[in-house]
Amino acid sequence: MTDLKTNFIGIESPNPFWLASAPPTDKAYNVNRAFEAGWGGVVWKTLGEAGPPIVNVSGPRYEALHGRDRSVIGFNNIELITDRPLEINLAEIKQIKRDWPDRALVVSLMVPCQEEAWKAILPLVEDTGADGLELNFGCPHGMSERGMGAAVGQVPEYVEMVTAWCKQYSRLPVIVKLTPNVTSIRQPARAAKSGGADAVSLINTINSVMSVDLDSLSIKPSIDNMGTHGGYCGPAVKPIALHMVSDLARDPDCAGLPISAIGGISNWRDAAEFMLLGAGNVQVCTAAMTHGFKIVDDMIDGLGRFLQDKGFASVEDAVGRAVPTLTDWQHLNLNYTVKAQIDQDLCIQCGKCHIVCEDTSHQAIRATRNGKRHYEVMEDECVGCNLCVTVCPVENCLTLRSLSNEVDVRTGAYVDPDKKLHWTAHPNNPMAGV
Amino acid sequence: MELIATSHNGKPGIATDRLSEEACARNFCEMHTPLEKNAARVEAERCYFCFDAPCTEACPTGIDIPGFIRMIANGNPIGAAGLILDENILGGTCARACPVETLCEGACVRNHGDDRAVNIGLLQRYSVDQAFSQKTEFFSRTASSGKSVGVVGAGPAGLACAHRLATLGHNVVIYEARPKSGGLNEYGLAAYKMLNDFAQREVDLVLSIGGIDVKHGMALGKDITLEELRKRHDAVFLGVGLGGGASLGISGEDAPGVMDAVAFIDNLRQSERYSGVPVGRQVVVIGGGMTAIDAAVQSRLLGAEEVTLVYRRGPEAMKASILEQEFAKIRGITIRYWAQPSAVVVENGQVTGVEFETTNEAAKGETFTLPADMVLKAIGQSPHTGSMGADASFALDGGRFIVNADRMTSCEGVWAGGDCIAGGDDLTVSAVQDGKVAAKAIHLTLSNP
Ligand SMILES: Cc1cc2nc3c(=O)[nH]c(=O)nc-3n(C[C@H](O)[C@H](O)[C@H](O)COP(=O)(O)OP(=O)(O)OC[C@H]3O[C@@H](n4cnc5c(N)ncnc54)[C@H](O)[C@@H]3O)c2cc1C
Ligand SMILES: Cc1cc2nc3c(=O)[nH]c(=O)nc-3n(C[C@H](O)[C@H](O)[C@H](O)COP(=O)(O)O)c2cc1C
Ligand code: SF4
Repeated sequence: MTDLKTNFIGIESPNPFWLASAPPTDKAYNVNRAFEAGWGGVVWKTLGEAGPPIVNVSGPRYEALHGRDRSVIGFNNIELITDRPLEINLAEIKQIKRDWPDRALVVSLMVPCQEEAWKAILPLVEDTGADGLELNFGCPHGMSERGMGAAVGQVPEYVEMVTAWCKQYSRLPVIVKLTPNVTSIRQPARAAKSGGADAVSLINTINSVMSVDLDSLSIKPSIDNMGTHGGYCGPAVKPIALHMVSDLARDPDCAGLPISAIGGISNWRDAAEFMLLGAGNVQVCTAAMTHGFKIVDDMIDGLGRFLQDKGFASVEDAVGRAVPTLTDWQHLNLNYTVKAQIDQDLCIQCGKCHIVCEDTSHQAIRATRNGKRHYEVMEDECVGCNLCVTVCPVENCLTLRSLSNEVDVRTGAYVDPDKKLHWTAHPNNPMAGV
Repeated sequence: MELIATSHNGKPGIATDRLSEEACARNFCEMHTPLEKNAARVEAERCYFCFDAPCTEACPTGIDIPGFIRMIANGNPIGAAGLILDENILGGTCARACPVETLCEGACVRNHGDDRAVNIGLLQRYSVDQAFSQKTEFFSRTASSGKSVGVVGAGPAGLACAHRLATLGHNVVIYEARPKSGGLNEYGLAAYKMLNDFAQREVDLVLSIGGIDVKHGMALGKDITLEELRKRHDAVFLGVGLGGGASLGISGEDAPGVMDAVAFIDNLRQSERYSGVPVGRQVVVIGGGMTAIDAAVQSRLLGAEEVTLVYRRGPEAMKASILEQEFAKIRGITIRYWAQPSAVVVENGQVTGVEFETTNEAAKGETFTLPADMVLKAIGQSPHTGSMGADASFALDGGRFIVNADRMTSCEGVWAGGDCIAGGDDLTVSAVQDGKVAAKAIHLTLSNP
């Protein structure tokens, strides 16, 4: 098994699995349990200014999107930053770092966008012996109404400014946590970099309204019959997070900026995907909140075996290995051609492939042969869109076959795998060659 | 606790109170535990929502099964019931009594490999029961057509026909020989399939549409003639089912203790107390259909000590499915294949056994005798069209009406359906379909004179 020890911007941890700043890292009790369970590090639940503590709602603060088996697919919250007094948190952080010197302990911060506020809190955190800082510029609800969290993360100038203060007033490495509620993730990431950030972490939660209660006709979660938008996370946001992480990984302006990936990571496979697309480590919240800390066992074992099987000597070795496979649409090979094919021995004749292709795609799957139920792809109509493969309930029954040195009977074109054609050079592109 | 209570009182011969009433009531519990809300949703989610679904093709009434299951999955069981009842007004009974393993569930694409079919029967029952308990009204009548249709028999075929005609605005009079409506739903289906008064509650629902007048104690051929019916009504539908059980044609058949299985079940279904139904200590059931299985199982549940079902061919040839055979075996019934009765053994005017002859090639002609104090004959019911004076005016096949695709008989203006027609499969669901198809055809005929 490949050793999972990681060094992320100088912060060492026995494995790349950190708990993201959230309820699982709210206090010493939880963090102790997490470390006992084997987590490599934690980002402590976001601390705010000294003074009267934050007040959370006493009504429901979570709501979920459930899958067919009631597994949690998406998760939403309207919780604010820590509602415990600053001194208690700092004392606990200090004690935990002393008890667990080999684990990563990063402290998340969110104070008003004023230099004095940051200047005041940074030495207090440094005094705990914590390994680093994470700046919460991402929380999209509640705190953003008060000019913090996503309200800062959505303005690149503020991101740069606050990052620079932190670098000025603290010796600790700084991770800037980004909000996905922006048009392009590259702008705030570049700003963080120019402010001197050591790394970025992403994504924080996505603006969301989970559902409407069809009995009471009010939004959920409902606080005395009223609700507010929350932050969305969990398995459902993984593709969005993957896109944003990989978009930074291939942005020349962000080159060399380490990434801590967050968003829907539930198991070692998810983690491996994020790493291959450029993440130096990963952070987890919803999966822990829906299954408990024990999930890290499978994460550690699975990732170790995967890296070994692929011949990677370390986590670092794998980071970014899939980034070169990501490109713009215009650079895709338009000569590459696939056709759907049905394994008749595996086919259970549900007919789903037929009806989806017939109603919403290319009318390329016939439903009968000799008057009997029989599903067959008509290659002269199939565009290889993959819809039928997506809906087939039987694994490996419907697959795509790539054409090689043969004629595509739909277009009449000869498919030569050595001849590539990109949109940039396509005859139908008026801009080709311009 | 035992699967079934069997600590009978050991009285020889045919006797009541073999088990306490409580023990009987426990024995006659639901054949399949109904689904609760969550279980129903989880099961509903298993449906693939197939295109041109094989289950729908396999349902004689053509219920849109993926359609109604999707409604259950999305939390709309009442809508699901609407979809079901639209095709099959007796969807509640069919959900309880259909041999789904040979119909819809047998066709489910999930039967492939090590998977199992979606539990369509229980899902149908879940949604229809929900609608029943909420007393949802799904149907209303269109403007009166001024036409009148006479329906003979208030069984599944007659009720389905009458209901559909009523929704289409016609007035219906049902002539029913017996004091209760429902046909075999009330008098024949196994007690463990039709717990409590479900059959009558369903009949009430069917009749609540209005425009249907049921005249009980009116037997065609006795209290009224076909000629009178044709004069009184614009069209006639015959859903008279079948008559008494066929006879074995062997010696001793008339001895006390030898009974028709259908009559035995009829008596059970109509009795106030289970324990008041007389049953033998050693029961031999002869036959291979659903009636044979039901009679055997029910005698056992009443406290019979030994129940043996004897069938003249092998398990695959039996009309009762392998699943039903298993169901009986689990309840302690011994099934003996490849034997046919040659004589009922009678001593002192009382049945003491049945002598059988083996029918398989290897042991052909061998005989054996099973001790019995009660013998139930379940070798099929005979047509009784003769008693209605139908022989002369109709084309018949083995005493059953020959009908066309619209279920019209050879006699102009007279339709027929259910067990009394030729070529059917003697299932409740098929009787419902016949009634529905005939009603549509009658409606067309009456609308375009
Ligand atoms: C014991 C037994 C168990 C069965 N179990 C099942 C089962 O589990 N599942 C299943 O799908 N099927 C089962 N069947 C078959 C099913 O019950 C029948 O196929 C179905 O009831 C046929 O409906 P029908 O309307 O044609 O006839 P019936 O249900 O027989 O109804 C006929 C009606 O017509 C009336 N009638 C008869 N003659 C006259 C007359 N001359 N004048 C006026 N009225 C008359 C009768 O009183 C009766 O009400 C079983 C049958 C039996 C006998
Ligand atoms: C295959 C596919 C192609 C789409 N193409 C377009 C498009 O060309 N223009 C557009 O405005 N939306 C497009 N959409 C977005 C849909 O209109 C819709 O906004 C989106 O799928 C969200 O709705 P849904 O998930 O409930 O289906 C597309 C969606 C899909 C799945
Ligand atoms: S790949 Fe797309 S076009 Fe081809 S058969 Fe499947 S659904 Fe139809």
